[in-house]
Parts: sequence; C-alpha cells; structure tokens
Amino acid sequence: MSTIVHPPSAHPKPGSLGERPEHSPDSPLSVHAMTVAYHRKPVLWDVDYDAPPNKLIAIVGPNGAGKSTLIKACLGLVPRASGQVEFWGEPYRKARARIGYMPQRESVDWDFPVSALDVVAMGRYRKIGWCLPVMKKHKAAALACLERVGMGEFAHRQISQLSGGQQQRVFLARALAQEAELYFMDEPFAGVDAGTERAIVGVLRELRAQGATVVVVHHDLQTVPEYFDEVILLNMRVVAAGPVASVFTRTNLHKTYGGRLTLLSEAAEAVARAAGGGE
Amino acid sequence: MPDLAELLDVLTFRAGFNTSLVVAGTALLGLAAGVVGVFALLRQRALMADALSHATLPGIAIAFLAAGALGAQGRTLPVLLIGGAISGVLGVVCVQAMLRHTRLREDAAIGIVLSVFFGVGIVALSYIQAHAPAGSAGLTRFIYGQAATMQPSDVRLMGTIAAIAILCTLLLLKEFALVCFNDAFAKVDGWPISFIDLAMMALVVLVTVAGLQAVGLILVVALLIIPPVAARFWTDRLWALVLLAGGLGALSGYLGSVLSALLPRQPAGAVIVLTAGAIFAVSMIFAPARGVLASSIRRLRLRLRIAGEHLLEAAHDENAVELTPDRIGRVARLRGWSSPFRILVLASLRRQGLTRTAPSGLVLTAPGVDRGAQVSRKHALWAQYLISYADVAPSHVDWSVDQVEHVLSPALVAELESKLASRGITVPPPPSTHGANA
Repeated sequence: MSTIVHPPSAHPKPGSLGERPEHSPDSPLSVHAMTVAYHRKPVLWDVDYDAPPNKLIAIVGPNGAGKSTLIKACLGLVPRASGQVEFWGEPYRKARARIGYMPQRESVDWDFPVSALDVVAMGRYRKIGWCLPVMKKHKAAALACLERVGMGEFAHRQISQLSGGQQQRVFLARALAQEAELYFMDEPFAGVDAGTERAIVGVLRELRAQGATVVVVHHDLQTVPEYFDEVILLNMRVVAAGPVASVFTRTNLHKTYGGRLTLLSEAAEAVARAAGGGE
Repeated sequence: MPDLAELLDVLTFRAGFNTSLVVAGTALLGLAAGVVGVFALLRQRALMADALSHATLPGIAIAFLAAGALGAQGRTLPVLLIGGAISGVLGVVCVQAMLRHTRLREDAAIGIVLSVFFGVGIVALSYIQAHAPAGSAGLTRFIYGQAATMQPSDVRLMGTIAAIAILCTLLLLKEFALVCFNDAFAKVDGWPISFIDLAMMALVVLVTVAGLQAVGLILVVALLIIPPVAARFWTDRLWALVLLAGGLGALSGYLGSVLSALLPRQPAGAVIVLTAGAIFAVSMIFAPARGVLASSIRRLRLRLRIAGEHLLEAAHDENAVELTPDRIGRVARLRGWSSPFRILVLASLRRQGLTRTAPSGLVLTAPGVDRGAQVSRKHALWAQYLISYADVAPSHVDWSVDQVEHVLSPALVAELESKLASRGITVPPPPSTHGANA
C-alpha cells in the first residue's frame, strides 16, 4: 500500500474555487452554492462546504435530509441544478483517479454471479484498463484489501452467501482497492454487526493515518464524536459544519432535527457523551 | 418417422451440404445469443430485447420497398437486415424516450413500442404483398424464421455476425460485468456507462438481426433469455455462466435445427426454442445447488431435523428415554404434523442413530439423549437472553425460541453464555444423561 503524500498547494489553481475568499485552496473537496432537485422539487439548497484535508467527516441529518444526495451530487451521480464542485481545485473529471466510492449496500443485486474477490477486483479495473483481463497481481491486490477488512477467508464465497455486514466489508474492500485519497462512503455502518463496525472504524483510522480524507454518510448520532473529526449537519441545507467539538452541539442538533422528539433525546444523550469524552 | 441412420447423418453433418451449413450456423447463433444474453439478463434488459426484435419488422419492409425503388438487385439479405437493425434500434430509442419524458413504467413502454412497431410492420407487409408481389413472399420468413430455405451465403452472414458478437463480448466482459453489477460505482470510477450500455445493446441488436432469418423475430428473444437463465441454475461464477450459457445456446441451436431437418414440416425456430425450453426445464428442476428439487430436499431435511429435535427435546424435558406412541402423538398434535410427515421424522431419527427399537418400543440412543439435552439447553439459553436482553415477556418467549434453538451455532451459544454470565445469569449445562434413565 502506498502512502499518500499531499502536494503543497500554497497557491490555488487559477480559476478554481480556491481563489475565492470563502473557500480554502488546499481542500480536497470544495462545494459552492450547490442546489439539487428531483423532479423540480429541491432536495438540497445552496450547499457550501470545504472539506479539511486528512479528516474523517460525517454527514448526519434526519431521514430525507439529502445526506446520500449530497455525496451523489458531488460525484455527478445525480444532476446538480446549480453550483460547483471541485476536488483539489479541479473538476471531478480530472480528479477522479484520486477518488474512491462505497455505495449503499442495498443499491446492488447481491445475487449477482461473482465472488467477494471478484467484487473487490472491480476496484482495480481502472488500473487494469479497457479490454484487459484481471491478472494474478490484481487478484493479489484485491485479496490484500479483503484481508484488511478481515474478510480474507471469504474471498471465494459467492456474494449472496455473505451476511449483511460481510457484504458491507466487501464494498469497503473494493473502495480500498481503488487506492484513493478522498473517499465517499454511503451508510457503511447501516445494519452491520458489532464486529463489522469495529473493522470499518479500524479501516477509516488507517486511511486517515495514510493521509486520506473520508466523507461518510452516517445515521448514528451516538457514535459521531467517537468516530469522526468533522461533521456536516444537514437538513436540506447545511445547518452547521466543522470540527465535531465545536459544531456537534445541542443547539445545532436541535436546528437539524427540530421537532423530532425521539431523535432529539438521542441527540441530547450524544452531546452529553461528547462533552464527557472531550474533558 | 425418420430412422436412426438419417438422424445420425444429420447429427454428424453428413446430410447434405446445405443442411450441415444450417445446423452449424444455428449452433453458432445459439452460442452468440447465449453469451450476449447473459449481459442482457444481468442488466435487466431482456424485455427490451423483445421490443427490439419486434421493431425490426417495419425496417425490413421499408428496406424492401426502398431497395425495390432503387432496383431489385438491392433486395439482398444484408440490406433487409440493416433496415431491420435501424428500426429495431429506433424502437429501443422510443422506449428510452418514453421512460425519460413520461411517467410510464418500463413494461408499459415496451408493450406499446413492441406492438405498434410490429403492427406497422404487418401493415407494410400487406401493402407489399398487394402492390409488389414479385419476390415479396419471402418476407414473412423473418416473422417465424425459415432455416431450411437459407442459402449458404445467408448462413455465412449469420455466422459472421454471431462470431463478431462473441468476440466483442469476451473483450468487454470485465466492463460489462462492472456496469451490470453496480453502474453507480462504475460511473464514479470513470467508466463511460452510456457507451458500455450502448455496446451491450449493439451486441443484442447484432444477435437479433443475425437470428431473424433462422429463428424469426417473434422467437429470437428466447435464444437470448433461456440459455443464460438455464445456465444460472448451475453456476455462481460469471465466467462459467458465460461459457455455459453459450454452450447451452449452441446445443439448442444444434439439436433444434437437427430435429427440424428431420421433421420437415416443423420450422427450425420453434423447434430450437422448444429445445432450449427443455434444457431450461431440466436445469430448473435438477440443478444441484439452485434447482427446485435440491432446494426442496434441503428444506425437507431441515424440517425433519427440527421435528426430530422437538421429539428428542420433549423426551428430555419429561426425563424419559422412551418415545411412546402417546408422547409422539402429543408432539405431533402440538406441531401439526401430518401422518406421512410423522413417519418420515421417525425414520430420519432412526437413520441418524438417534433412536433404536427396543423390546419395550422406540427408545433414544445415547447420542439421541445428548442431542435432546443440547437442544433443551439452547432453548433455555435463548429464552433467558430474550427475557433479560430483548425485554420479551416470559409468556411470549416460547414461540420464537422454537424457531431459533435449532440453528444456534456453537459460537453463538458461547456468546449467549458470556452475555448472560455478565448479568449473573447461568444456565446449567445439561446433566450427563448417559444411561441415567436407561
């Protein structure tokens, strides 16, 4: 595994968002005035965000807040009604070799006739290139990624014979196989067992130690302070974004989840725990 | 009826040059259709292929008219097939446009395009037959297929198209698999999804057009769908699936055209599709892992094991080793067993050596007593867990426990024990019952 070195970027690229005073030039992800609409109904309003480099970043918010849509719009999977997204000051098209993606588990048919190793090898396809077959060295690299998520022994299992948590880990391993510097992960912790959750958190920390930035759609407020450095509180617009210690507050959560009482009490508990853990 | 010698001649390509050519050509077509069909199916485009094949008819008719206007020598097979391909693609474009710009569902859009294009084709054919009778009789062969009348040059054209389709699929196998499995990931990874989809569709068009003359436009989609679906019953690996689907497709084409050569009044297309259908039926029933028979047997085995364990558990809980008719009857009534099922349960227990017949009647063997004790303990463990962790009322515990106790693995049992131990709850291990009550 190669270690990622960030090039120094004292000067923003000409014409990039980094030149604007409100954006930082060394950010791996800059979103400017992005609005997304489905069938003319806006789901995300005027999102502005700069991801600090080398952080684990959680996107949290109530159901329907547009968490998945935010990362899909950044990656061009859903069309943007307006706004700009840049990666290290470049458009997605130029930066995509440095970007990795882990979609939601439910987004694919797990009865597909492939093994866990085959799926992870898909993360190497762009390095293999058009029309060339997957060779031994690519399979070895894919197996190494499976082993990093603790799934080495399941390499040749057909993917429908894996548990939900194991399937999540296969998807994580495929993202690792992309060897990216910026990762987008859509609900990696959804419906996983405790062992898988530990494995995923371990991998996220490894990625951070290697210098990568990871943006994660997350649904569990309780674990935000423990797992993440940064948080984006989202409810169709960015309610607040920044370091967990300063942004993950009772007031901000109230603004994000306003009115949803059960979630609110959960949030209050999480805040109390974050405050306790911070001291 | 054809005799054996005749059958052997056709099977081994000795029944005349033309027949052999048709047999080889349809086998190659089946191979191509099976290989390409895997991806049409995995991309859930099988019905789209049906719309495509029906939409070729107006193109064929219009190409015939246009070629006639430019001079009758233009009415060659390639010209007609190109016309068919163009209107087939137009049909697919119509479906896509309807899906994008209206709220129609895919099945409705496909149904509309398929029938309207086919209707236009029929109208055009009638017009041609009324106004330009010269050479128009052959056009209906594209509807039902007519392998027997194919010329060597026709078969060569069909074979070439099929070979190109196979080659392209093998080259782009990795890209196709990626897009079929997870197009969003492929897109983020930088692959041109629309181009790859287009390539897949183009291959479907090629195979469809190649098959028009031999199989006919109504049935050609069957060659794309049936072999891959049949192959899926036998394997879980993409490479094997592609090879097997190609093989089964080729077998259908080969056997089907041989049979139709022997039964002169039967059109090859229908016989080929029926052969494929027979292969599918055999696969669906008899395939070892995913077949209907195998999974029914697995389900029955599991039910028998659970039922047997209920009997052993009942004996254990009543501190007995005899399975008296009275005890069996009580469990059977409680669980709602039919009498044939009860006989199977008892036979299965005896076969596993868990019971034996003693002079006094049916009794548990030592392993049988052990098993009963284990199941009973798992029941107790799980019930305790539900009560103390999941807040299930004790009165409601039994029902859900009955399902779970039979599938708890040793690892789960250990985890349950440690969880309960952490709350100071212990479930005593089963007393050593070896011979205690015997």
